[in-house]
Amino acid sequence: MGTELGKYKVCVSARSTDKEIMWKAQDGGIVTSLFAFALEHGIIDGAIVAGPGARPWQPRPFIATTREELLSARGTKYNISPQVSWLKEATRSFGLDKVGIVGTPCQMQAVRKAQLYPVGMRDVPDKVALAIGIFCMENFPYKSIQMIVEDHAGTKLQATKKMEIGKGKFTVITERGKSIALPLKITHKYEQPGCHVCLDYVANLGDISTGSVGSPDGWSTVFIRTKKGEETWNKAIAAGCFETKPIEQVKPGLDLVSKLANEKISKNKKTVEERATFGVNKALRNPYL
Amino acid sequence: MQSFKKTLTGEEPKAAAKPAEVKTEKKAEPKKEEKPVANKITVGHVHMSGCTGCLVSLADNYLGLVKILDDYADLVYGLTLADVRHIPEMDVALVEGSVCIQDHESVEDIKTTRKKAKVVVAVGGCASYGNITRFARGGQVNQPQHESFLPIGNLIDVDVVIPGCAPTPQLIRNVCVMAYLLLRGTEEQKALAGKYLKPLMALAKRGTTACFCDLMNDVINQGLCMGCGSCAAACPVRAITHEFGKPQGQRDLCIKCGACYGQCPRSFYNFEVMDEFEGILELIDGAMK
Repeated sequence: MGTELGKYKVCVSARSTDKEIMWKAQDGGIVTSLFAFALEHGIIDGAIVAGPGARPWQPRPFIATTREELLSARGTKYNISPQVSWLKEATRSFGLDKVGIVGTPCQMQAVRKAQLYPVGMRDVPDKVALAIGIFCMENFPYKSIQMIVEDHAGTKLQATKKMEIGKGKFTVITERGKSIALPLKITHKYEQPGCHVCLDYVANLGDISTGSVGSPDGWSTVFIRTKKGEETWNKAIAAGCFETKPIEQVKPGLDLVSKLANEKISKNKKTVEERATFGVNKALRNPYL
Repeated sequence: MQSFKKTLTGEEPKAAAKPAEVKTEKKAEPKKEEKPVANKITVGHVHMSGCTGCLVSLADNYLGLVKILDDYADLVYGLTLADVRHIPEMDVALVEGSVCIQDHESVEDIKTTRKKAKVVVAVGGCASYGNITRFARGGQVNQPQHESFLPIGNLIDVDVVIPGCAPTPQLIRNVCVMAYLLLRGTEEQKALAGKYLKPLMALAKRGTTACFCDLMNDVINQGLCMGCGSCAAACPVRAITHEFGKPQGQRDLCIKCGACYGQCPRSFYNFEVMDEFEGILELIDGAMK
């Protein structure tokens, strides 16, 4: 297809040099490190991140204005965190002029829509200083995660140390070191339905987007997409925040990212098409028309 | 995108200069009262039954408003702002407020507006959807019989809607710039402005009612919600929260302004505009310098 990876200036494989961040990072610690760097150097005044919520493994979006707060949001939670819900509040109650936000591809789309068509997003358009997108195949409702972990993996959410999706498996790792790998075939039906019309895998609209796919374990693939993204990234590299390798020199590399992106996009394009003939002469709504 | 920026100086399209250079050029020759730009569009602000919050929002563009009036648009009509008694011919009518159908003058005014304006823009929730005036029951001195208020779309054809209460300064600004490009720009600029305005024109065709319920009916029930949080951020009365990642509205608080649905990335989402977000944001930025 050729457009599945979106526009980007540079793509590298990277990991954070910050041991404290890496200790609990999902992969390369890219998001936390970049925000920590941006915060320290005044590139952002705060960042909307997914911190711990009311229930185990439930995320809650909040505005982190210190490194400690950023650290509390490390790692992927695999269920819905309405990041954009704080976007206007960040500029008002919190008074931030330069807002950082991390989110899934759909949330990056929401951020850009907020900037181009600010229907209710007063004064937001000029204040998004760093939007970091994360690769996303699909997301899960909280109760789905609960069912996957408790019913299928047979462990407690409270006892879960890490969740991972990769290599065709949904893996639950417990605090005591047990690892339960479920084939994605089992988890598919629990996916959030709204994800099935999404035509973006690698967060095409982030200033920077990142995810594990394409890079070796413990590293992340990073796309630098916009001028803002490039500026921040270059400063972070100059400050020694990241180790990097050219993406061409790592396995499995960009080919796998492209393959998965194309898989997601063509599967979901089909869903969008099928919605047009869902009923008898009745269509489900197409958001892209 | 480069070519858009080059020609967006208010003068006729020539192969000149970046915005920065244009700026210094203009500073060099101090302007008097004579029209510095010959091909401005004409804009009028038509005030129906509304609180003037939309006009305040337009004014909240601060120097941006001055720039718009300097280079892109002449204000040919507007209560207190332009010394003109009767609604004149104009390119764009920015209509604020709903129409009281018991007030003959208002009814005549909105009809005249349609006749005299090439493009009618419903600015804000009241003109677009009735908004807070939907709750009117009459009984105020000295016209207690004035009790029925309709969005302008129930009386005339509307070309573009800008939902929200108040509509954001930035969206009003964007529509003004795009209207200028549509009417005075190069072919390329016209095409861009057309693409940008298309969803706001489609919203005008969609109907004249709005509610949090739109999110239920046309997004969540349609299997499209992915829990980004945009609606909660957009809502001016904080009627929307998220439970397990999905919007919950306190429907008694809803003022029917249409901001949540308009801001939702799954109400409309046009890839051709959104993928160019960086260039378009720079274009608008440049136009305001």
